[in-house]
Amino acid sequence: MASPAVAAVVPAEEARQADAVGRRAFGFWIYLMTDLVLFAALFATFAVLSHSDAGGPDGKALFNLRHVFAETMLLLFSSASYGLVMLAMRRGHRGAVLGWLAVTFLLGLGFIALELHEFHAMILAGAGPSRSAFLSAFFTLVGTHGTHVSFGLIWMLVMMAQVGTKGLTTPVRARLLCLSMFWHFLDIVWIGVFTIVYLMGVV
Amino acid sequence: MLGRLSLSAIPFDNPIIMGAVGGALLLAAVILALITWYGKWGYLWREWLTSLDHKRIGIMYIVLALVMLLRGFSDAILMRSQQAVAYGGSHGFLPPGHFDQIFSAHGTIMIIFMAMPFMAGLMNIAVPTQIGARDVAFPFMNAISLWLTVAAAMLVMVSLGVGEFSKAGWSGYAPLTELKYSPGTGVDYWLWAFQIAGFGSLMTGINFLVTILKMRAPGMRLMRMPTFVWTILCTNVLMVFAFPVLTVVLALLALDRYLGMHFFTNTLGGNPMMYTNLFWIWGHPEVYIVILPAFGVFSEVVATFSGKRLFGYRSLIYATIAITVLSFAVWLHHFFTMGAGADVNAAFGIATMLIAVPTGVKIFNWLFTMYRGRVRFTTPMYWTIGFLTTFAIGGMTGVLMAVPPADFVLHNSLFLVAHFHNMLIAGTLFGFFAGYAYWFPKATGFSLDEAWGKRAFWCWFIGFYLAFMPLYVLGFMGMPRRMEHYANPAWHPWLVVAAIGTAVILLGIIFQIVQLAVSIRRRHATRDLSGDPWQGRTLEWAISSPPPAYNFAITPVVEDFDAFQDMKEKGTAYARPERYHDIPMPTNTGKAFVIGGLVFVFGFAMVWYIWWAALLAAVAILSTVIARSMQDEVEYVIPAAEVERIEQAHLRQQSAMGAGADHG
Repeated sequence: MASPAVAAVVPAEEARQADAVGRRAFGFWIYLMTDLVLFAALFATFAVLSHSDAGGPDGKALFNLRHVFAETMLLLFSSASYGLVMLAMRRGHRGAVLGWLAVTFLLGLGFIALELHEFHAMILAGAGPSRSAFLSAFFTLVGTHGTHVSFGLIWMLVMMAQVGTKGLTTPVRARLLCLSMFWHFLDIVWIGVFTIVYLMGVV
Repeated sequence: MLGRLSLSAIPFDNPIIMGAVGGALLLAAVILALITWYGKWGYLWREWLTSLDHKRIGIMYIVLALVMLLRGFSDAILMRSQQAVAYGGSHGFLPPGHFDQIFSAHGTIMIIFMAMPFMAGLMNIAVPTQIGARDVAFPFMNAISLWLTVAAAMLVMVSLGVGEFSKAGWSGYAPLTELKYSPGTGVDYWLWAFQIAGFGSLMTGINFLVTILKMRAPGMRLMRMPTFVWTILCTNVLMVFAFPVLTVVLALLALDRYLGMHFFTNTLGGNPMMYTNLFWIWGHPEVYIVILPAFGVFSEVVATFSGKRLFGYRSLIYATIAITVLSFAVWLHHFFTMGAGADVNAAFGIATMLIAVPTGVKIFNWLFTMYRGRVRFTTPMYWTIGFLTTFAIGGMTGVLMAVPPADFVLHNSLFLVAHFHNMLIAGTLFGFFAGYAYWFPKATGFSLDEAWGKRAFWCWFIGFYLAFMPLYVLGFMGMPRRMEHYANPAWHPWLVVAAIGTAVILLGIIFQIVQLAVSIRRRHATRDLSGDPWQGRTLEWAISSPPPAYNFAITPVVEDFDAFQDMKEKGTAYARPERYHDIPMPTNTGKAFVIGGLVFVFGFAMVWYIWWAALLAAVAILSTVIARSMQDEVEYVIPAAEVERIEQAHLRQQSAMGAGADHG
C-alpha cells in the first residue's frame, strides 16, 4: 500500500483506540453507578434494621471510634497515593507508578487488616452476624465494602504485574484509570459507612 | 466430600419427574449424537460457542429462550390439567409438593430464562445493526452475559432430576424461603439460578447502554434513533438501576440461609417485609424491562408494514421515558394488602394508574400509524394486531387492580394471574414473536414460512383467550391462585375451558416448531438475497442477510429518522464506496464459555454444600478473568480486499434479483 494511505490509517487507528478507552471509562462509570445502587440498597437495609438488636449489643457498646478513625485515615491516604499513581502515569514514570501502587496497596491492606481485626473481636465477644438483625446488616454492609477493597487490592497486584511487564501501554493506562475510579469510589462509600454506621451508631 | 449430595437426591419414585428427566436426557443424547455424526463439534466450537459476534450471541440467546419456553410451557400444561381434574373427591395426579415446585419453576423460567434471553437475543441481533455499529461496546462481556444466563438455566434444568426446585413461588417470599421453613435444596437452586442470571442481565444492561450512547453512526442523534433502540435504551437504564437491588435481596437471603443471619427471619429482629419491598423494587421495573422492548418491536413492525413513518415518534419516545421513570414508583402495588396504610396505598395506586396514560399514548401511536397506511398483513403484523386488542384488556384489568380497595378483593386470586398473563403473553411474548418473525431473515438469511406462522398465531391468540378469560371469572368467584386441589364444583367448568385453551396454545407451539422445520428445509428457495425483505426503514436492512462479521463495510451517515428509508428516497442507499478499508474485529475466545461452565459448577456446589468445589470454581473464575485482562491483542483484521470481495458478492446477488433497481 502507498505511504499516504498508511499515514491516513495511523491517526485513524489512534482515534479508534481513544474511542475504545473512552467507551471503557464510560462503561466503568455506569458499572460504578450500579455498584452505588447496590450499596444504596444495603444502606437502606441497615437503616431499617439498625435498631433491631434483639436485646444484643448495639453500636454504642461495640464501636470504637478511634479504631474507625485509623481505618478512615488509611483509606483516605490510600486514595491520595493513588492520585500520585495517576500523576506518575501521566508523566510516564514507570518506577514511580509502581512505587505509589505499592504504597496504595499497603495502605489498603492496612485498612483490611484493621477491619478484620474489628470483625474478629466482635465475633469473639459474641456479637457475630447471626446475633441480631442489626449485626447481620452491619457485617454485610461493612463487609461488602471490605470485599470490594479486597478485590481492589487483587486488581492492584495484577496492575503492578502489568505495569512491570508491559510498561505504560494504552490498554494498561486505561485499566489504571478504571482502577483509580474504583478506588476513589470505595473511599466515597466509606464516608457513608463512617457517617451512617459508626458516627450515627455511637451518638 | 459431596456435601449433602447423595443418590437419594434423584427422585426415582416419581414417574412424572423421571419421565421428564428421561425425555430431556434422551433429547440431549440425540442432539449430541447428531452433532458427532455430522462431525460438527469443531464447527460448533469455533463458530458459535467461542463467538464474540453479537449476531451469533443473539441467535444463541433466542435458542435458549425457545428451549426454556418449551420447559416452562410443559409446567403450564401440568398445572392446567391438574386443576381441570383435581376437585372434590379427586386429587389429580400431582401431589402438593410437586405442584408447588411446578408453579415456582414456571414463573422463574418464563421471566428469567424465556423473556429475558429472548429480549437479549433480539437486542443483540438488532441494536448494533440499527445504529450502524460494527459491534457492541464490550464483546467479551457480552459473551459472558450469555454464558452466565445459560449456566443459570442449566442449574434450573438440573434441579429437575437432582434434588428439587423451590416450592415458594417465583418471587420467593421470606420467611417461607428461610432455611427453617424450606430446608431442602429447592430454594437454593432458585436462589443461585436467579442470582447468576441477574449478573448476566446487569452486564448486558451496562454493555448496551454504552453501545447505544457511544457507538451510533454519525448523524444519528438521540431523536433519530429507531424506536426499538429507544425502548432498549430505556430498558437498559431500568436494568442497571433495578438489577443491583435484586443482587442485594438475593444475597441477603443467601446470607440468612448459609450463614444464619437475620435479615428476613421472624426472629432476632429480622424483617420479612424488607424482602418483599426490595424484591419488588427490582420486580416492578422488571415488568417494564421485558415489555418496553416488545413495544419497540411493535413500533418497528407497524411502521414497516404500514409503509409509513411512525405516527407521533416523539410522543412515543416521551411516553417510553415516562414509563421508565414511573416504573420505579409503583412497586408497592404488589402488596397493597400487607398493611402499609391507606395513604401509602393511595399514593402507589395513583402512580400505578398514571402509567396507563403513556401506555395509552402508545396504543394511539400504533393505531394512527396503520390509519391510511398500506398495511401488509404479514406474520409480525398479525402478532401486532393481536397484541393491540388483547393488551388493551390487560391494561384495563391492571388499572382496576391499581385501586387499592379493589385489590384487597382481587389480591392473590386468579384475576391477578389472568391480568399478568394478559400483559406478559399478549404484550411481551407476542412482541418477541413479532420480532422473531421480523428479524429472522436478517439473522439467518432466509425467511420463516408465513402460512405456518399465521396458523401458529391463530392458535396462540384463540388459545390465550380460552385459557385466561375464564381465570378472570374465577378470580371474581374468589378462587385463589396456586391451588393444587379445590372443593368448589362451580369453578370446575371454567378450569376445563382454561385447560382446553392451553391445549390450543400447545397446538400453536407445535405449529411454530413445524414452521421452523419447514423454513429450514426450504431455506434455499426463501433466501433473502436483497438484505431488505420487508422494505425496511432502518439501517439493519441496508446490509446483507445475514450480515457480514463487520456489519457495515463503511459506517453509514444518518440524515433523518428512518435512516434507511431516507437513503432509499434520496437514492443513496446502496452507494458503492471508492475504497474499502481494513476492519479490526474481536477474536473469538473460549474464555467466556469456560467462565459460564465454572459458574455452573460454583452454583451447583453451593446448592449442595460442596464447599471445596465452590472455592475451586471461584478461584478458577477469578484466574480466568485475570488471564483475560492480561491479553492486549484481542482483535484480528479483516483486510480491505476481503471486505471488498464480500461486499461485491452481496451487491452482485442483489442486482441479480433486481432488488438494487427497485430501491434505486
